[in-house]
Amino acid sequence: MSTPLVMFLIFIAITVGITYWASKRSAGSSAYFAASRRVTGWQNGIAVAGDYMSAASFLGIAGIIAFQGYDGFMFSVGWLVAYLTVLLVVAEPLRNAGRYTMADVLAYRLNPRPVRAMASISTLTVSTFYMIAQMVGAGALVALLLKDSGISYHTAVIGVGILMIGYVVFGGMLATTWVQIIKAILLMGGTILLSILVLAHFHFSLSDFFNAIGHVTYHEKGQEVVKDFLQPGLRYRPPYGALELISLGLALIFGTAGLPHILVRFYTVPDARTARQSVVWAMVLIGSFYIMTTFLGFGAATIVGRDFISTHGGTNMSAPLLAQALAGNIFFAFISAIAFATILAVVAGLTISASTSFAHDFWTNVIHRGVERKPGEEVLVARISAFVVGAVAIAIAIVLGPSANVAFLVALAFAVAASANLPVIVLSIFWRRFNTTGAVAGLAVGLLASIGLILVGPSLMAVDPPTVTGTARHLIQAKAWFPLENPGILSIPLGFLGALLGTLLSHEPGSEHKFNELLVRSNTGLGAERAGSQ
Amino acid sequence: MSESVERYEADKTEWDRIAETREFKDLMATKRMFIIPAFVFFLGYYFLLPILVGYAPRFMETRVIGVVNLAYLFALSQFFMAWTVAWLYVRAANNFDKLAEDIIKQAEKRSPNQPEVR
Repeated sequence: MSTPLVMFLIFIAITVGITYWASKRSAGSSAYFAASRRVTGWQNGIAVAGDYMSAASFLGIAGIIAFQGYDGFMFSVGWLVAYLTVLLVVAEPLRNAGRYTMADVLAYRLNPRPVRAMASISTLTVSTFYMIAQMVGAGALVALLLKDSGISYHTAVIGVGILMIGYVVFGGMLATTWVQIIKAILLMGGTILLSILVLAHFHFSLSDFFNAIGHVTYHEKGQEVVKDFLQPGLRYRPPYGALELISLGLALIFGTAGLPHILVRFYTVPDARTARQSVVWAMVLIGSFYIMTTFLGFGAATIVGRDFISTHGGTNMSAPLLAQALAGNIFFAFISAIAFATILAVVAGLTISASTSFAHDFWTNVIHRGVERKPGEEVLVARISAFVVGAVAIAIAIVLGPSANVAFLVALAFAVAASANLPVIVLSIFWRRFNTTGAVAGLAVGLLASIGLILVGPSLMAVDPPTVTGTARHLIQAKAWFPLENPGILSIPLGFLGALLGTLLSHEPGSEHKFNELLVRSNTGLGAERAGSQ
Repeated sequence: MSESVERYEADKTEWDRIAETREFKDLMATKRMFIIPAFVFFLGYYFLLPILVGYAPRFMETRVIGVVNLAYLFALSQFFMAWTVAWLYVRAANNFDKLAEDIIKQAEKRSPNQPEVR
């Protein structure tokens, strides 16, 4: 058995043990969906970091910086700064006024059935798209990392899927939380170690390190080129580079605070004050991690080099290959196992947020008008939907195959979160006049605008050379109508506009009836859901 | 189990009354005074980065220490900006908590069904 496989199995054994332990503490809605709201501030902070930092951050960012230098580091910045929106605007009101899902707050003073139905569609869209992107990435990655053990893409996708379903179905939010905590600690540990090794390679001289970044050598079209990797412009070039950067920034800054799998984490703590502390803990971890992508990404660019990475698995292998170059196969196995843990923790978080929204918003509140017909039904429905969501994600990932072009799905998830979810969350808390038509219109317009603009953008529309085949080809073989990969710059204003016009063009006397109640609850925590006793 | 823990409930007139009290208005004003400027500041500081990098790349390539340029230093400064704003917010929010606590106490004292049966 290869060393990476052994380390994967150790991680699986630990997390299965946790799931077994958590399964005995997950009876009842509050226990299953919100870990009885007894997660502490630092625990939740670490779990938020574990929920958030996906394979796209760990492997993806290291790869983008290794190949495109400074422009890749721009992602790192946005991914941290976005937490200020979470901290200042959404975390505390959400914890004060809601119970299990984002829609709890939206439905509070509006007509609950249409609002919840629409919010649930948006949540399921964000979560499944994001999940499919992770699953395809996971399959390709695990197959690559474990190729000596003979694990194929299909086996890897099914394995990741079964584990993720298992954590959520049996262990609920409590198991998901601890999988995320362990993953975040492993990820931070591995990243710190890798950063120290990079610095050691340059004899702990920052000036030697940065000088090397200033002269990165690689081959492009057979020609040797030397580039300063600290200079902007290797990825984002005129004519649309600047707009693309701004649009990406908007999607990150407003999208993070609308990601359902992040928002549900704030229901797992006892009160709003703890929710706030947990955002700060998360910011310390996430910020430190993204600063260290300097060492991961530029380290891979200078020590391993683009040429070698291109012929040994491509951009996503930058961090594991860096580990191998610095400390050999055992460290390669360790970093690979961390990447694996990273993916599992994120897909588990996505699965639980999707299934919670289906069970709580759609089943209990839309179909059965807020009445749980018998105790435990909501949790049972959530368990079944976790299974279904997971199975659908496995099936789609297998159909798409390892070479499918899925990076746009992550951009899509952030765009929908920023254009559909965030505007209605903010307006329902802060705008007295806001009403049901406005919420439904805002969610629908934001969702459709994001999907539509990505559909006609360069991620899905382009003319490929005939050498590109199968699912790696762009869906529509024509010149893109919309020039940006990130639609945020247009779709976010459209989402707000939909919410605004929907409100102003309709008359709904009841919508302001409970505004004061929501205002007082969300700002003081009066009557907020309490932690369970166990 | 948590589901059975009683939750503060009141009718509309009571919520409207609380929303009109001086204490609640003070809380909202205090929050606004911090949150709005902080939000505007961080948005401005953050979006200056993609705007400058996108529209003035030559300027951002100006080297400051060795090969380290303005673009990298400004990006790095964003991390410290975010941490500083978060730290200032937590300090300010301790004050919000005190104000909110008074409002909760008064409301629960007036409440006939005394929800404090934990």
